[in-house]
Amino acid sequence: MAKGVNTDYWDKDIVKTEEPKEYNTLNVGPTHPATHGVFQNVMLMDGEFIVSTEQTIGYIHRAFEKIAERRPFYQVTPLTDRLNYCSSPLNNMGWHMTVEKLLGIETPKRVDYLRIVIMELARIADHIICNSVIGVDSGALTGFTYIFQDREFIYEIYEEICGSRLTTNMGRIGGFERNFSAKAWEKIRYFLKTFPAKLKEFETLLARNRIFMDRTVNVGPFPLDRALAYGFTGPNLRACGLDYDVRVMNPYCSYEEFDFIVPVGQSGDTYDRFMVRQEEMKQSMSIIQQALDKLDIMEDKETYYASDPRFVLPPKEKVYNNMEALIWHFKIVMGETDIPVGEVYHAIEAANGELGYYLVSDGGRTASRLHFRRPCFIYYQAYPEMVQGNMLSDAILTMSSMNVIAGELDA
Amino acid sequence: MFQIKPERDQLVVTKLSDNFNGSIDLHEIMGDMLCITINKEVIQQVMLYLRDEKELQYNFLTTLCGMHYPEKELLGVVYHLHSFVNNHRIRIKTTTAISDPRIPTITTIWPSANWQERETYDFFGILFEGHPNLKRILNVDEMTDFPLRKEFPLEDQTREDKDNSMFGR
Repeated sequence: MAKGVNTDYWDKDIVKTEEPKEYNTLNVGPTHPATHGVFQNVMLMDGEFIVSTEQTIGYIHRAFEKIAERRPFYQVTPLTDRLNYCSSPLNNMGWHMTVEKLLGIETPKRVDYLRIVIMELARIADHIICNSVIGVDSGALTGFTYIFQDREFIYEIYEEICGSRLTTNMGRIGGFERNFSAKAWEKIRYFLKTFPAKLKEFETLLARNRIFMDRTVNVGPFPLDRALAYGFTGPNLRACGLDYDVRVMNPYCSYEEFDFIVPVGQSGDTYDRFMVRQEEMKQSMSIIQQALDKLDIMEDKETYYASDPRFVLPPKEKVYNNMEALIWHFKIVMGETDIPVGEVYHAIEAANGELGYYLVSDGGRTASRLHFRRPCFIYYQAYPEMVQGNMLSDAILTMSSMNVIAGELDA
Repeated sequence: MFQIKPERDQLVVTKLSDNFNGSIDLHEIMGDMLCITINKEVIQQVMLYLRDEKELQYNFLTTLCGMHYPEKELLGVVYHLHSFVNNHRIRIKTTTAISDPRIPTITTIWPSANWQERETYDFFGILFEGHPNLKRILNVDEMTDFPLRKEFPLEDQTREDKDNSMFGR
C-alpha cells in the first residue's frame, strides 16, 4: 500500500481484505471538461477513491515575467490581463497601482472610486463564473445559464469603458484613458438595480437545495492551519474561517473609506467556499453603491487621471492639440522619463486571493525583475492533500470550488 | 502603501541581530517595507524563528521568488513574509554565488514554498537543498537553460532559420 494513504473510508462500506490492492491510474486533463483549464492530474485510483494525485502544470506558460523585462511599464498591462482572465480589470488596476507606488504618483479620489467600481464589478464577474460552475459540476446547469447573462452584462460595461471585453487592458498608469461615458453609468446603475434580484434567484436554486448540499457539504474540507501553511488567500482562506482580506488589512485605493463585511466560513468545504463567494458578491454590490454615492456628491466630474505628466500618458486630443502634451507623450513612449531605482511589493485582493506584484527597478526603462504572486499557483498545491481519500466526483467539485484559473497558474 | 510601523521594523532587526549575530548582512527600509539580507546558511533557522517567536509571528509566506544579479555574479531568493497577528510585512533576501547555486529549502517550514521553489529552480537554476521534489514545473523537463537569468535572450536576434517576411519584420 502506498505510504500515507488515508484508509478511514475503508471502515465504512468496504470490506477489508488482506489481499494486495490493485490501483488504476487515471488522467484528469490536460484537456478535460471538468478541469476548466489546461492542467493535468494523474490520479492513482482505488476504485472510485483517490489514493494519490500528482499535478502537472505549465501547459500554457507564456513567460510573462521574462517578457515584462523587455517592455516599458505601460506595455505590461496587457500581460496582466492574461493572468486571471476571468477578472482582468482587477489585474490591470493592481499593476497600475504597483507602478504608481514605485513612481510615487498620487491618484485623485475620483480615480480611486472609479477603480473601485470597476474592480468590484470584476470581482462579481469572477465569482459568478466560479459559483455557477460549481453548480454545473454538481449537475445543476440551470443557474449557470441564467446568471451568465449578468456576467455578459458586466462585460458590456467593460466595453463601454475601455472597448474590450475579456482581456480588457483597462486604464493607464495614473488613472483611466477616458472618462466613463453616460452610457456606461447608465449600465452600471441598471446592473445595480437588477442584479440583486437575479443573484437571489440563483441562490435559491442552489444554496438550500438538498441535492446541492449533499454534494458540497463536507466535500474537500480543509483545516485552517493547513490552509495557512499552504498559502491560501481570498475566498478559499475565508471559507476556512480566517477573515484575511487585503482590502481591510492593507487598504489600497481608498478602500478604508468603505463599509463592508468580510464573510467567513467554518469548515472550509466546498459549500463554505460557495457561500463565501455568494456573500462577497452582495458586499461588492454595496461597495459599488457606496462608490457611486461618493461620486455623486463630488463636484468634480471630469478628473479621470492623475496630474503627473512625467508618467501619465496624456489624452489623445491633448496630444494632437497641445505642445506640452505632445512632448510628454513622446517622452513617455520613447522612454525618456527618469524611473526611480527601487523595489516595491504591492498586493490587491483579486477575485481568488492576494494578487501581488513584486517590481524591481534599476532605473532603466523596463522592470529589471517583475514577479507575480499568483494566488492560485500557490494554493493549488494543496489539492492532492484536499482530495486524498475522496471520491473522484467530489474531487472535481473541490477543484471547481477552488477557482483555479489556468492562465494565472501558468503565468 | 502598506502601513509603516517603525517600532515593528526595529523589533525585528533587534531580535534577529541578538539571536543570529553576524548572519545579518544588511537591513534597510525600502519604500514601505523592511528588507533584511541574510546569510544563506542560516535561512532555515531565521525563518523558523520569525514564524514561531511570540512577539514576531510571521506566520504567512506571501511569496518567494528568484533574482539574478549578473554584475555581482550572484543568484538570490527574495521571501515576503506577513504577520497576520501584527499586520506587518517584511522582505528577506539571501544570495548565493552562481558557481555554487545552493540554498536550503524552506518547504519544511511552509509547504506553500514547494512549488515556488520549484519555479525558482526552473527559471534561475537555484538548487534548494532538502527539497522533496526539485524538478522543473512550468518549462519542459528537457530544457537545459534557466530562462529568467539575464543572459538568456528573449528571442535570439541572430536567428537565421526564421523567415522574417513571414513575421511582418
